[in-house]
Amino acid sequence: MSSTVINQDVVAEQAEAIAPDSQWPLWEVFTQSEQGAPHEHAGSLHAADAEQALQNARDVYARRGGVISLWVVPAGAITASSPGENGPFFDPGADKAYRHPQFYKVPRGVRGL
Amino acid sequence: MTSPVLPPPASAPNTLFELLLRLGDDRLVLGSRLSEWCGHGPILEEDIATSNVALDLLGQATMFLRLAGEVEGKGRDADALAYFREAVEFRCCQLVELPKGDFAFTIARQFLFDVYAVVTLDALSRSMNSELAAIAAKSLKEAKYHVRHSGEWMLKLGDGTEDSHRRVQRALDELWRFTPELFAGDDGDRALLQAGIAPDLAQLQPEWDRLVREVIETATLTLPLSAPVGIRGGRSGSHTEHLGHLLAEFQIVARSHPGATW
Repeated sequence: MSSTVINQDVVAEQAEAIAPDSQWPLWEVFTQSEQGAPHEHAGSLHAADAEQALQNARDVYARRGGVISLWVVPAGAITASSPGENGPFFDPGADKAYRHPQFYKVPRGVRGL
Repeated sequence: MTSPVLPPPASAPNTLFELLLRLGDDRLVLGSRLSEWCGHGPILEEDIATSNVALDLLGQATMFLRLAGEVEGKGRDADALAYFREAVEFRCCQLVELPKGDFAFTIARQFLFDVYAVVTLDALSRSMNSELAAIAAKSLKEAKYHVRHSGEWMLKLGDGTEDSHRRVQRALDELWRFTPELFAGDDGDRALLQAGIAPDLAQLQPEWDRLVREVIETATLTLPLSAPVGIRGGRSGSHTEHLGHLLAEFQIVARSHPGATW
């Protein structure tokens, strides 16, 4: 019982030691490489506001070219699935072959599928 | 008996050479100053952004100096002009020579120069000299981003904390007297203007002034009230004491190992 309390204290202390991020808020960056392609997660960065996040994203993730569009999203605006729930959340999709469109041939000429 | 003295042609190569040195040297020296922040930026992202701008400026300097060497026709390339000229042979304005100061000083100087770069490169991109026009057009794209970056910082610092406001205002007060030199023309400029190679700097100044004032007022800053005492001379080789120190560090490797490649 008491050991649980201590452990929680330790965790809280560690979190405080690691997490206090004196830097600006965190933003997630998404880049698009060509027209019609999806915006893909490229990484994250710190910025004081959206305009600065865009500028920093441009310099950190697009300065070597290959990017035609950028999205920046406050990291706090993202709701993520919980790793602890991975079993019930994702496993049921793995063993149902009929859910995968693999029983027909893709016509020639269809690209980018 | 006097022999007829012909006036030099309006687009005499040496005046174009001078113009290209000014354009190249401004960027070479400012890019060097800015790169002093590499590894010392206030935050990682800004460190990268600042170094990125510095690299843009050095790239522009390389293009302008390469063309300068070609126009001069004495076999000097961009490296020869960058590494093997003395301070008195440099044609940068004094604004870009000043030590980097604190971050507010760096940003304020950058902002004043970036607006100047946008205004002048835009005009130069319509130069009758097609090579100069092409370099200007390519550089203009970069300069438009630079001013977006430094302009945003002017707003943040000016309208930020008491300390940031005080520092950026102090920087403006110090820098203001170095700005008239940016638009001071001479006989060479007039010859290039007549040949359609270079714009009339005096005509560009009102636009620079308008753009600068717009941001400064939005940033809750004030321009120095007194009419600035114009600093001139960088364009003709008179520099601050700071340029020599910068060049000593910048040139020592190339001069210690002439012809070295890496």
